[in-house]
Amino acid sequence: MSVLDINALTLSFRLWSGLVQVLHGISLHIAKGERVALVGESGSGKSVTARIVLGLLQDMPGARIGGAVRFNGRDLAAMTARDRAALRGRDISMIFQDPTSSLNPVYPIASQFREVLARARPGISAAEARSVATELLTEVAIEAPARVLDSYPFQLSGGMNQRVMIAMALANRPALLLADEPGTALDVTVQAQTLELMRALVRGHGTSVLFISHNLGVVREFADRVYVIYRGRIVESGPTAAVFNAPGHAYTRALLAAQPRLTGGGLPRIAERDPAFMDPAVLHAATVDGAVP
Amino acid sequence: MIALRGLGKVFRTGAHQVQALADVTLELTPGECLAVVGESGSGKTTLANLVLGLFPPTTGDILLDGVALPTRRTLLHRRAIQLVQQNPLSALNPRRSVAASLRLALDVHSIGDPASRPAKVRALLADVGLDSGYADRAPAALSGGQRQRVAIARALACDSRLIVLDEPTSALDVLVQAQVLRLLNDLRAARGLTYLFISHDLAVVRNIASRVAVFRQGRMVELANTETVFTAPAHPYTRDLIRAVPVITSAEKTMRDRLGAAP
Amino acid sequence: MTRAWRILSANPLTLAGVVLVALVVLVALLADLLAPFPTHRGAVVDFVNFNKPPDATFWMGTDLVGRDLFSRILFAYRISLMLGVVVLAIAVPVGVVLGLMAGYLGGWWEFALMRLTDVFLSVPPLVLAMSIMGVLEPTLTNGMLAVTAMWWPWYTRLVYNIVRGEKVEGYVLAAEVIGAGSAHIMFREILPNCLPAIVTKMTLDFGFVILIVSSLSFLGLGVQPPTPDLGSMVAEGARYLPDSWWLAVFPGLAILIAVFGFNLIGDGLRDILGADR
Repeated sequence: MSVLDINALTLSFRLWSGLVQVLHGISLHIAKGERVALVGESGSGKSVTARIVLGLLQDMPGARIGGAVRFNGRDLAAMTARDRAALRGRDISMIFQDPTSSLNPVYPIASQFREVLARARPGISAAEARSVATELLTEVAIEAPARVLDSYPFQLSGGMNQRVMIAMALANRPALLLADEPGTALDVTVQAQTLELMRALVRGHGTSVLFISHNLGVVREFADRVYVIYRGRIVESGPTAAVFNAPGHAYTRALLAAQPRLTGGGLPRIAERDPAFMDPAVLHAATVDGAVP
Repeated sequence: MIALRGLGKVFRTGAHQVQALADVTLELTPGECLAVVGESGSGKTTLANLVLGLFPPTTGDILLDGVALPTRRTLLHRRAIQLVQQNPLSALNPRRSVAASLRLALDVHSIGDPASRPAKVRALLADVGLDSGYADRAPAALSGGQRQRVAIARALACDSRLIVLDEPTSALDVLVQAQVLRLLNDLRAARGLTYLFISHDLAVVRNIASRVAVFRQGRMVELANTETVFTAPAHPYTRDLIRAVPVITSAEKTMRDRLGAAP
Repeated sequence: MTRAWRILSANPLTLAGVVLVALVVLVALLADLLAPFPTHRGAVVDFVNFNKPPDATFWMGTDLVGRDLFSRILFAYRISLMLGVVVLAIAVPVGVVLGLMAGYLGGWWEFALMRLTDVFLSVPPLVLAMSIMGVLEPTLTNGMLAVTAMWWPWYTRLVYNIVRGEKVEGYVLAAEVIGAGSAHIMFREILPNCLPAIVTKMTLDFGFVILIVSSLSFLGLGVQPPTPDLGSMVAEGARYLPDSWWLAVFPGLAILIAVFGFNLIGDGLRDILGADR
């Protein structure tokens, strides 16, 4: 059973000017322990897809959601808002692009941890929360957990906050972790360390990851499988190596060609828009171990 | 043309003191694109701000054609050095039209006679690949890439010699970034502009810069041709930076691994 | 314009505000035509019809010297709106300019101007107005002066806070790099971005000016008889409650309608003007 099963997901918003369709039938599956990337540019619909998985858009007036989203077999649309909310922070959690601004600036890390841990264990005592938090911080390679717990987010570096955020997100051992452009706001050396850390942690806990990115390098190094999304449609999907080495769709090819290479090669000449981008999707074959793309 | 001599900057806040930049000496060759790379705290932003004359240096000088620039820049100095910022959202006044933002430079420096300025605005838009219909639009109606093009047009408006580009494409999508980088390169080649290109994206730097200056904690640790910096970096920090970049092709991976760990 | 209409129609309260204010303005402008007894705004005496409750001829009753309350209220609206316009026409430019300078120029300008503002703001507004009136003769002009003097600091503070945020935006940096002077940056770049907040506040302030002038008149320090003022009418009438209830209730309601209408508009206006980021 997949952890996340999205089938023909559509999303429209009712605006003054009429109905605007944002997602045109997205299908996406994540098995247990898999790291899947959703790659697209701004406006492609990748962020709203994440919001739907988190159950945040279902209650928004004016949002019309069609298709099916199943988390561990449970249909999100069939759940009440309260049940969807119960999943957040416990079974599904998320880390965000800018770690420092995603943490509440007026509370020390210790109390923010306690709030997170209380999602799974309501009424957890401050002392117990602190001891669990200390363990979690050690897991993310923070050397002085006590000092960090007593600090405020603005007193810590971006890299440190990112690790705190990862620790909090994994605190309740969620089945699915959503990551929105992880590491983008960090220095490249810190980003490399953070991604390595995330890789080890999710492997250790068996957490599935859906991460949303437009950074092709990060996707290449971190994801098992890739879905490329363009203007609300999946245009290509498959194992990372297959998609990157032999991109079938014009849009994927354009994205890859547009990325400057560390080895040189000059600046590519790419059309910003091309009718070929609207071609039908290219789905690469299943991987060797039989996982369905 | 532009030279930095022993440039340093110390920021004092109360009892606290931070050496943001120390002892930077380099000379820009006209027509080149010099990239400044580094992580947070490297001083690259301070360097850009000093060159732009936003505040005076604590030590050293900035020389334009051999003459040290004063703390208070004159209009002629301002005209010579312009800026393209990272964030296209905030770089244009949301309450003024594109044309008004472009005209500012023309009006401040009294370029051409007032009657001819609207035509010049349209010409500038054409130079960056925007149709003249954009002139009367508000920035909110433009995409990030389009706004950045307007910002580039604005930097070109007073025929500056040096353009400081502070992460000009970091906030843009990949396809849009490719277009804007191409535009920047073409403009530089066609007009003999000099670029001071601040970036944290080494892949971009590899393909647009002729020389690279690597900064770490306020100091310049390496300054060499792009080719040299990427194939045979002298400083271990440069090596570390290159090795940390996530890449997409195996050729890049091989290159990274060949650099090996710092000795 | 269509966007304005959409926001209004989506928000019935704002629409109600617009209707109320439109009514008040219309009434004030057309008082001469609408008032059944236009001369009653002056020094008219009619001891036959004095202190009459509302009836067919005198829709809101008459006051103690026999003047039609309805007519006087219409003219009182005119005075109130005029006062609002004059006070704001002086206080707003002064306050805004000082706020721009304090916020953008910083340094000694910021220190001096903001401390001056603090001094004015530390005195309760009504007390300040009363003290000024105490020193000067209690005429309408002096009343307006007093209210203006206590009004400008609010705009200085409002604009100062906005400017401090705008100062670090990219477009201000761009203008500085281009070489634009401080005056240009303050008035042509930053000020347009302050306008939504300023206009919204001005709309809300109309209601408050009416209240403050009414309060001063209530205390005998504002508008002088025989000029009709809503506050004075409430003051006079209050002594005769609950018997001649109409003397205080109708002017009071008139104040309420005007202030309420302006308040309702304020929020809607912010939405209409504000959102283009």
